[in-house]
Amino acid sequence: MKKRRERIDRGIKVRAEDIFAVCSWREMLYLSAPRLLPIVGFIVLPLILGVYWQRVLLSVAIFALLAISWDILAQSGMVSLGQALFFGMGAYCSGILNHYFGISPFVTIPIAAVVGGAICTVLLLPVLRLRGVYFAMVTLIIPLMLERVIEATKIFGGTEGISGLTSLPSTWLELYILLAAVLAALFGFRRLMTSDYGLVLKGIQDNDRSVMNAGINIYWFKIQALFIASVVGSFAGAMMTHVYRFVGMPVFALDYSILPIAAAMVGGPGSFAGATLGAFILVPLSEALRALGGLRIVFYGVFLVIFVVGLPEGIFHFVARKYHQFERWVEVEK
Amino acid sequence: MSETPLLRVDELSKAFGGVQAVNRVSFDLNKGDLLGIIGPNGSGKTTTVNLITGFVKATGGRVMFKGQEITRLAPYKIVRLGIARTFQMVKPFYQLPAFKNMIIPLYSPRVKALVGGKYGDRNAVALDLLEEVGFERDAQVAYKAASVLPQGYLKRLELAKAIALQPELMILDELFSGLSLAEVASIVPIIEKLLLEGKTIIMIEHRLKELFRIANRVIVLNFGRKIAEGSAKEVMESDEVKKAYLGSEE
Ligand SMILES: Nc1ncnc2c1ncn2[C@@H]1O[C@H](COP(=O)(O)OP(=O)(O)O)[C@@H](O)[C@H]1O
Ligand SMILES: [Mg+2]
Repeated sequence: MKKRRERIDRGIKVRAEDIFAVCSWREMLYLSAPRLLPIVGFIVLPLILGVYWQRVLLSVAIFALLAISWDILAQSGMVSLGQALFFGMGAYCSGILNHYFGISPFVTIPIAAVVGGAICTVLLLPVLRLRGVYFAMVTLIIPLMLERVIEATKIFGGTEGISGLTSLPSTWLELYILLAAVLAALFGFRRLMTSDYGLVLKGIQDNDRSVMNAGINIYWFKIQALFIASVVGSFAGAMMTHVYRFVGMPVFALDYSILPIAAAMVGGPGSFAGATLGAFILVPLSEALRALGGLRIVFYGVFLVIFVVGLPEGIFHFVARKYHQFERWVEVEK
Repeated sequence: MSETPLLRVDELSKAFGGVQAVNRVSFDLNKGDLLGIIGPNGSGKTTTVNLITGFVKATGGRVMFKGQEITRLAPYKIVRLGIARTFQMVKPFYQLPAFKNMIIPLYSPRVKALVGGKYGDRNAVALDLLEEVGFERDAQVAYKAASVLPQGYLKRLELAKAIALQPELMILDELFSGLSLAEVASIVPIIEKLLLEGKTIIMIEHRLKELFRIANRVIVLNFGRKIAEGSAKEVMESDEVKKAYLGSEE
């Protein structure tokens, strides 16, 4: 007797999709819980965490933004291996504005996000026509090249970097700005990607020839997606600069390119919530493993492999399915 | 006749490395015509379409649309001027439901310009267009993911995407291939209706019987060269055409 698993929508999901949703607390809670949970969590967490874990939470938010930035590109048909470019560009822009011109972080951060994003977009313009792995290779190499350029030319502090930058008034403010940014990105971009505009971007990922054939200039749309993603990454970099009160070559390091991708993969590629969830799992995990010293990378790698092999859909899609559907075994004839 | 034709293809050529895929092909097309392009496999029909629509860059010759040269324009610009095509290999946006596939052409600047700014509810327009090409409205098929649609519906979807662009010239590359007789019979009236609405159409076809019923002119390609042109009857009586078709069936 063969059996197969059958997935059925939960009754509450079916009811909640209908008019009943507004008639019962249970259905309203069912609908709003997935949105309320991150909002409430983000408000409460900074209040209950100690100083060390507040730092970790800062990192989580930074990497969540980078993972979301990666996912915007991925959903528009661009596979990037170089979020460090966006991160580093934003970091250097705000560092330079603060150090050489004495501008307050409240001004440097938004300027660095937009200007850094614009510079990254222009840098990648010539390779926008490359597809798949070729585009990915270029994005991987550019930040590493910039690192060498800074080392060789000794500009902006060279290998020493720029230190003694102004920080934001308090850690709480830093945390709340970052967490608010993550929430805004999470919900804002999800709405964007389900709009007609977002459909065009997803169409480019699916079948760019067919989008061209609809009279749409796909390069113009890719430039826009690239700019949006760059701004998100540059914002994260600019924030980090003022948190550490330092900017230097490490901002272009491979970590900022690879960890966001890992977060998106583990959390659930193709959804911003997945990317965020991935950052919330991977960053604290990598902190917890710090005690293991060199072996840390091994454990980290094993964990990643287990996840990618065992749960290729990602945690978010898995949890979302469990939330909306139940499974049961049914017998198959034959 | 002194009137400029809607489309003029002049000595159009394309070489892929050593292969001369299209070799000095010329023809004119007047408004309201239905031109059939036939020929054995690999004779350069799809490449001719790709050259006209800008997906492949010509190595020689010119394409004029409404008196304007479009030879090396980008595909999206050619679409905006009023030429829409379907692909022989239909590849829908698999992630999306069928009717959401229609949003992308409806988002086109061409449609925006024709409708005058705001389009309103694209979903409603999408469902109307799909109904026109035979997606039954009360059957849920328009809401199904494109990845699970059968070939017949994918071809209809491809046609609807071209119609959505409100083109003056439509180029249909083997729309009937892979369809059953009944399915072809149900699509033919849609094409006849498009002609009545004043559209000009080029059809690449292997299904000669169905094509000859609606085409008022046919050209035959073989090894990238145009070997015959005229009515269906004239063309099929040409010795060179008989030889090309016999040769390809061996
Ligand atoms: N992108 C390409 N690269 C190289 N050769 C090609 C390409 N596209 C078509 N060809 C060649 O050009 C010739 C004509 O192909 P095609 O236009 O697809 O023929 P048809 O549509 O009439 O079957 C064939 O010999 C084919 O192999
Ligand atoms: Mg062909």
